[in-house]
Amino acid sequence: MNFLRSFDWLTLIVYVILVLTGWVTINAASYNFDGASIFDFGRPSGKQIVWFGLALFLIIVILCLDSRFYMTYAPLIYVGVMILLFVTIFIGTNINGSHSWIKIGTFSIQPAEFGKFSTALMLAYLFNGYNFKFTEPVNFVKACVIVLIPVMLIILQNETGSALVYFSLVLLFYRQGMSGIVLWAGFCFILIFVLGIKYSVEPLPEGVVLDPDESAPPSLKGQNLVLTIIPFLVAGMLAFFANNYGAAGLVALVAFFGFCIFGLLDHFVAWPFPFQYRWIGWIINFFTIGYCAFLYLLHKVRSYIIVGVFAVLFVGFLYTCDFAFSKLQPHQRGRIEVLLGMKEDLKGAGYNVNQAKIAIGSGGLLGKGYLEGTQTKLAYVPEQETDFIFCTVGEEQGFVGCVAVLLLYFILIARLISLAERQRTLFAQVYGYCVASIFAFHVIINVGMVIGLVPVIGIPLPFFSYGGSGLWSFTILLFIFLKLDATRIQKY
Amino acid sequence: MQHNFELEKRRFVIGGLVLLIFLIYILRLFNLQIVDDKYKAMARNNAFLTKTIYPARGQIYDRNGNLLVYNQPAYDLVVTLREVKDLDTLDLCNTLGITREVFEDRMKEIKDPRRNRGYSSYTQQTFATQLSVEDYARLQERMYKYRGFEIRPRTIRQYMRTIAPHILGNIREVTPKEIQLDDYYQRSDYTGDLGVEKSYEKYLRGIKGKEILLRDAHGRIKGHYEDGKYDVVPKAGRNLTLSIDADLQAYAESLMVNKVGALVAIEPATGEILAMVSSPTFDPSMLVGRERGKHYKELLVDPYKPLLDRTISAAYPPGSTFKPTQGLIGLEDGAISPETLLPCRGGFVMGRFRMGCHDGIAQWTIVPAIAGSCNGYFGWCLVNILNNKKYKNIQEAFDAWKNYMVSMGYGYRLGIDLPGEIRGFIPNTAYYNKRLRTDDWSPISIISISIGQGEITATPLQIANLAATIANRGYFYTPHVIHAIQDTLIPDTFRIQRKTKISTRHYEWIVKGMRAAAVNGTVRRSGNLDPEGIVLCGKTGTAQNPHGKDHSVFMGFAPMDQPKIAVCCFVENGGFGATFGVPIGTLVIEKYLNGKISGRRKFAEESMLRSSTIQNTDYKKKK
Repeated sequence: MNFLRSFDWLTLIVYVILVLTGWVTINAASYNFDGASIFDFGRPSGKQIVWFGLALFLIIVILCLDSRFYMTYAPLIYVGVMILLFVTIFIGTNINGSHSWIKIGTFSIQPAEFGKFSTALMLAYLFNGYNFKFTEPVNFVKACVIVLIPVMLIILQNETGSALVYFSLVLLFYRQGMSGIVLWAGFCFILIFVLGIKYSVEPLPEGVVLDPDESAPPSLKGQNLVLTIIPFLVAGMLAFFANNYGAAGLVALVAFFGFCIFGLLDHFVAWPFPFQYRWIGWIINFFTIGYCAFLYLLHKVRSYIIVGVFAVLFVGFLYTCDFAFSKLQPHQRGRIEVLLGMKEDLKGAGYNVNQAKIAIGSGGLLGKGYLEGTQTKLAYVPEQETDFIFCTVGEEQGFVGCVAVLLLYFILIARLISLAERQRTLFAQVYGYCVASIFAFHVIINVGMVIGLVPVIGIPLPFFSYGGSGLWSFTILLFIFLKLDATRIQKY
Repeated sequence: MQHNFELEKRRFVIGGLVLLIFLIYILRLFNLQIVDDKYKAMARNNAFLTKTIYPARGQIYDRNGNLLVYNQPAYDLVVTLREVKDLDTLDLCNTLGITREVFEDRMKEIKDPRRNRGYSSYTQQTFATQLSVEDYARLQERMYKYRGFEIRPRTIRQYMRTIAPHILGNIREVTPKEIQLDDYYQRSDYTGDLGVEKSYEKYLRGIKGKEILLRDAHGRIKGHYEDGKYDVVPKAGRNLTLSIDADLQAYAESLMVNKVGALVAIEPATGEILAMVSSPTFDPSMLVGRERGKHYKELLVDPYKPLLDRTISAAYPPGSTFKPTQGLIGLEDGAISPETLLPCRGGFVMGRFRMGCHDGIAQWTIVPAIAGSCNGYFGWCLVNILNNKKYKNIQEAFDAWKNYMVSMGYGYRLGIDLPGEIRGFIPNTAYYNKRLRTDDWSPISIISISIGQGEITATPLQIANLAATIANRGYFYTPHVIHAIQDTLIPDTFRIQRKTKISTRHYEWIVKGMRAAAVNGTVRRSGNLDPEGIVLCGKTGTAQNPHGKDHSVFMGFAPMDQPKIAVCCFVENGGFGATFGVPIGTLVIEKYLNGKISGRRKFAEESMLRSSTIQNTDYKKKK
């Protein structure tokens, strides 16, 4: 009785709605104008019922097990799953170069999906340890190791997309006391990468289409732009992390006037000697770094040296990311180039996203109606039952349907965060944040990819995408937390 | 567990971050789905393939229901260069039976925007047209290998007999201008060119159908959109039945072989054209198929201009066939009476002016004047008409004359249902005022028009129509080649009787004269025999012209009462009317009325089939 009262029914209801709409959408995505039944076990929607039936069984098992079971056996589960991941590298079936699937008879499972809950449990176990302080560097390293082991194993399986999911746990670290400078720096690195790469070539004139192996003439614009921005990013760090607003203002002012004066001069005056804009960029960035070192020597406060190190890293990153970019695999580079609008390649890397945008865009406000979508039915959208399933929602249910689905996910994530905050043990709280972070990452990356805002990374939309491993993995992830939450009152 | 309120605040940062990203996504979705219309159009282009279904073009029959023109399927090989992938060029060349060089030349030609205007690698370009059935069958099996290539079926015209190219016409691809003028046409559609194919295009072409197909990402057709709710079934073109008698046409063409000229046979009671030959002629199937362009060019540069329809697109001096009209006007206007005697002194002599005549020195009434084609008589006849006291002056008299001529079908287009008809020329007062640079001209100034020379020109159709008018004693129907159109009536203009301004009773004298000509007049000259059992009326003409030897003309009809056929035969540089015009004209009449040529006229038939006048023409020289 106690259990039923303390169980979070809201999350369960959202879960059931998501699974049911997902199931109905899978039927639409795999429908072929042939009037096949949604219950036909030969079709994805029929099979999904089977996976859901097994998921129900898992839910009952999870809810029946004692909370202490998870707390006690977390390391064992983690080690077991890691061994399974390791083994998968060698025995995994080769599907397009990825070795992440194990075939058992006619069924295939993807162990990488189960790495998520085991890693979450292990992190929760670590944080729950006696007198654990996340702010101590050794503990931070421990947490990172726990996360990086599955990341390495999954990368070795050639499933980069699934490995990226673990980086969402940075949200958990942030919540548990990691400095916000890391998030800010992450944002800065992404910004530098995007601007540096996008403007490293001349923009294409309207209507010009490059061949896949062709590249536009290189340009210095990207470099100049990033060199101009870095001092301002560093000024932001000085303000919010070193709390020295005066220093921040000084850096920003020097940068602003420096770039304005020399930029305008460069534009309007014929220099008597060869002058390049990036020289003034180097000078101002050198000043910024030197100023940080000066402040450290003056105040002996560690945060100045951290800001200075980041400033060096930013400039260094600018000059290495071109190199790193050229080292990416061609299909990954192509995806990024298409996403950044450097190339239009509607037959190659851009095809999926372009077709996805057409399918969603053609849905309009209210959509074409259930089973009436032409783009998905006629297989224009690739992977439409799995990674690109959101297209079917967009085409058949329109803007209203998309917003409704996003709203459901937001309710789920917000609810998970608020449940995590009400936990009495660090174990449950850490685990809860892991679940919320992983769900948020999946939804944001998947939907962003389908609407063309994020590079194509093949990860499923929780509860919507067709597939047993995914559904079970998300169900286990969620219901262990609901179990922990339901028993939060119990004294151990 | 200890609480750290600083850190607990961070849940709002995390939640806010997620919310912010979701809001950005919703904005993006709003833009994609509601603001931007581009994607809706792209989705339609993706999924819907609108296919035009071409209706069968109407078939063409002769008046006896014999099929003349029908459709046959043909296949074009088209290529979309963007979609060509992993092509085994050698294999395709072998299948088509061409060499690699031919293939590469053709590809170069397709890609050259100067030679192939409107080229785009995204649209279908014709690689080869009208493949043979064997090529098609071989290709069809191997099509799956040639990505980007497609076989496009279409129909081409086939002709049962090699007759009447000028009447039947042919079809060709529409020009950009025609597409602009008529919504019906799209690029590479066919339209009628020349003949009834052009003049009855709207009936023959039918109504296009439309299929909206669903096409999947691999280009495979997955059925009809909404089960074909929006499809349109094509409606076949209407069949035409022509008034042409195919056998008569073929016979007339064989008689006109090796002669340059025209022959027109009309059914007087209806205005229907029974046969219409422009010589030299050509095989209509020359303008079908892969070689169309080549053949067309050949015909175009041929010095004898076979493409020119001499029945309606060429105007000649009508010569003596014009004389009956002068007699009719004189009688109607009261300038002469049937009994009026007019002198011929070896020609028309007035003062020092003389217009020669081959007839004896005598005075004639109208009947023998026509029978003997007396120049003197008709010269004086025109003088009487122009000096008629009814009119104030010669100008007024001449305009009255002109109006009579126009009512008989001269000077303007008759309005036959074939493209390219010209009007011939009948001068009026204003013309002569200008031409002679004075208002004060006398009949002598224009006397040569009385015998169908001078400025007068007429098409062979107009001359044949005159024969039909005389046969009808004063009226005609606009000559036409259409007999019936499937499921509809022929145009009204062909069902309205057009009366001349001359009373029926005057025609009897002319008929008598033409009968006399056939019995013992000009028609019987040069050893021509009377066609057996046929009461023939005729009038010869020997038209002087600047191209050398006189043109040989015959105009006649038979039988005299209730005539069944009226004929004009015009042989360029054939000499006397009796030499070529009469035998060919009367043979056509005999063939039509009796179905065969009588034994005693076999000689004339043989002679006409074998003779040639083409050497007398000056076409070669002009070139």
